Amino acid sequence: MALPGERIGRRVTSAKFRAFLLGFLRLLFTLIITFLGLTAVTFVIGRVIPIDPVLAIVGDRATEDVYARVRAELGLDLPLWAQYANYLRHLIAGDFGTSVITTRPVLSDLLEVLPATAELATISLLIGVLLGTPMGVAAAVYRGRWPDHLIRIFALIGYSVPVFWLGLVGLLVFYARLGWVAGPGRLDIGFEDLVPTVTGIITIDGLLAGNVAVFMNALRHLILPASILGYQAMAQIARMTRSFMLSQLHQEYVMAARAKGLSQWRVVWVHAFGNILVPFITVIALTYGLLLEGAVLTETVFAWPGLGLYMKNSLFNADLNAVLGGAILIGAIFIALNLLSDLVYPLVDPRARIG
Amino acid sequence: MNVFARYSDYSSWLLAAEPASRLQARLGGHYRNWLTFRGNTLAMSGLVIVLGLILVALLAPLTGDMNAATHQVLANRLLPPSASHWFGTDELGREIFNRIAYGARVTLVIVTMVALIVLPIGVGIGTAAGYFGGVIDVILMRFTDVFLAFPRLVLALALAAALGPGIENAVIAIGLTAWPPYARTARAETLAIRNADYVLATQLQGASSFRIVSRYIVPLCLPSVIIRLTLDMSGIIITAASLGFLGLGAQPPLPEWGAMIATGRQFLLDQWWVATIPGIAIFFVSLGFNLSGDGLRDAFDPRSVT
Repeated sequence: MALPGERIGRRVTSAKFRAFLLGFLRLLFTLIITFLGLTAVTFVIGRVIPIDPVLAIVGDRATEDVYARVRAELGLDLPLWAQYANYLRHLIAGDFGTSVITTRPVLSDLLEVLPATAELATISLLIGVLLGTPMGVAAAVYRGRWPDHLIRIFALIGYSVPVFWLGLVGLLVFYARLGWVAGPGRLDIGFEDLVPTVTGIITIDGLLAGNVAVFMNALRHLILPASILGYQAMAQIARMTRSFMLSQLHQEYVMAARAKGLSQWRVVWVHAFGNILVPFITVIALTYGLLLEGAVLTETVFAWPGLGLYMKNSLFNADLNAVLGGAILIGAIFIALNLLSDLVYPLVDPRARIG
Repeated sequence: MNVFARYSDYSSWLLAAEPASRLQARLGGHYRNWLTFRGNTLAMSGLVIVLGLILVALLAPLTGDMNAATHQVLANRLLPPSASHWFGTDELGREIFNRIAYGARVTLVIVTMVALIVLPIGVGIGTAAGYFGGVIDVILMRFTDVFLAFPRLVLALALAAALGPGIENAVIAIGLTAWPPYARTARAETLAIRNADYVLATQLQGASSFRIVSRYIVPLCLPSVIIRLTLDMSGIIITAASLGFLGLGAQPPLPEWGAMIATGRQFLLDQWWVATIPGIAIFFVSLGFNLSGDGLRDAFDPRSVT
């Protein structure tokens, strides 16, 4: 921060600002290109399908004239790039098309099911970060000794096991045999529609309405799918944290901190861990994306009415608009997470500050 | 065995400090990597699992003929595991043991086909981007980033939905979503060797870019690409099984493990083995690839800290 009135200071500030602006524009450019690519992919997929949309509307007995007119109405006679431009214009206006099954706009369908997925994925991520981080750090600190081996094997199992299978086994053991958790779905039948929908996240809505019974019931439904997804997140986070920490613990500043007589806790968590925050945040953003993906499978197993179940059901009813809308939404969240982690870097690591 | 005359046995020939021939040096290098790999118990158990998968796939006919994997004996439906039905039977009275064994073939075919799609695309794009640089590099890498930004399972889902269910389409869908990391790896390797003297020498001799890339750069990219592939195998197997589970991959009566879990789901509470056993098979195979991949990386890439 330059003092006001200082010539040199002002020059430095403006140079810094220019660099910041440049970095920001570059980020924005990348973002736009990635989004264009994403929609181009869904556009192509939407066109590869062997169903002729015109034929689906007019039927196969229509005359040539009718066929041509409907084709023109749908804009399918335009060159490809113009069709893509049309498609993009609709997307940006929030028009993802109409769902064949629900006969509602895909976007309002998506927004309705998104909170269920967000609830599941966020709790899973919390489990993953809260357990995975200390495990990764411990594995690095005790490298080659039994805590390391134990944690590595635990993590290895986590990313070798198919999540949908683990969900089924979890239901079999903890719901059917032991009765510790509630079964599929988000609430028991008797608890449905007891609290008004505010956020769409039932645990929060239950608390907002002051209805503890609903909250507890929602929690009993949430805990198993969230733990199973969270296990995958934990495996990923523990593995990456371990390897980031290993690269730091060998460095001279760690030795210096130890020589200074700092406690082990301070050396590990403040000095070494503070230096891995940038890659650590990237991993968390990536993991959240993976969880959204894992949600498609977990929701199928647990009849969890979120984005994944919606996409899966649409898929089997050949509701392509809905499937592609879901894919664009998840892709956009992916891109947004990447952007978010880029923006957070400078806050946690001065070396990453633009300029 | 004159070659070995000066050495007490083959291993001291391989480990000779001053190899007498290029062949000896090269084999010695491989042998050293093998020793590192062999010393890694976890990696060796991974290798054993992978070899076991191949063996089971090869010997599948010993568990009963090909048709037994799909033929039904309704009198024997849903029998629990026992001495005569090792893994029990499914809802149509088929031996699960038999179907798991044939399922190993399905898994191997999927994995091989995906590798055959992914390697040429990934290595081709990566080496081209790295070798030519400039605008080509920017365009190709942006293209790669777009695919990288797309969640793999969701894209595979959308593709499978558009192309229709089936094992071929599942393979295409997985292949088209799995190549970007290979392009990145191959590009990084290419950048490191692009300006090596021998590449410049070949350029001076007038070799075409295609010849330089395919003959002199691709072979050097392969080790890291193959390690990456081994590590990725588990993800490929799980994605294929997931598509099968969702009903988008292999279709019944093909004994694909993911699809077997999907059908076993309805009997889960009373006949646990129908859904559980194929899952254990998927778990072991993907564990095997993960363990061997980790071991390969440790053996070949001393830079990586693990």
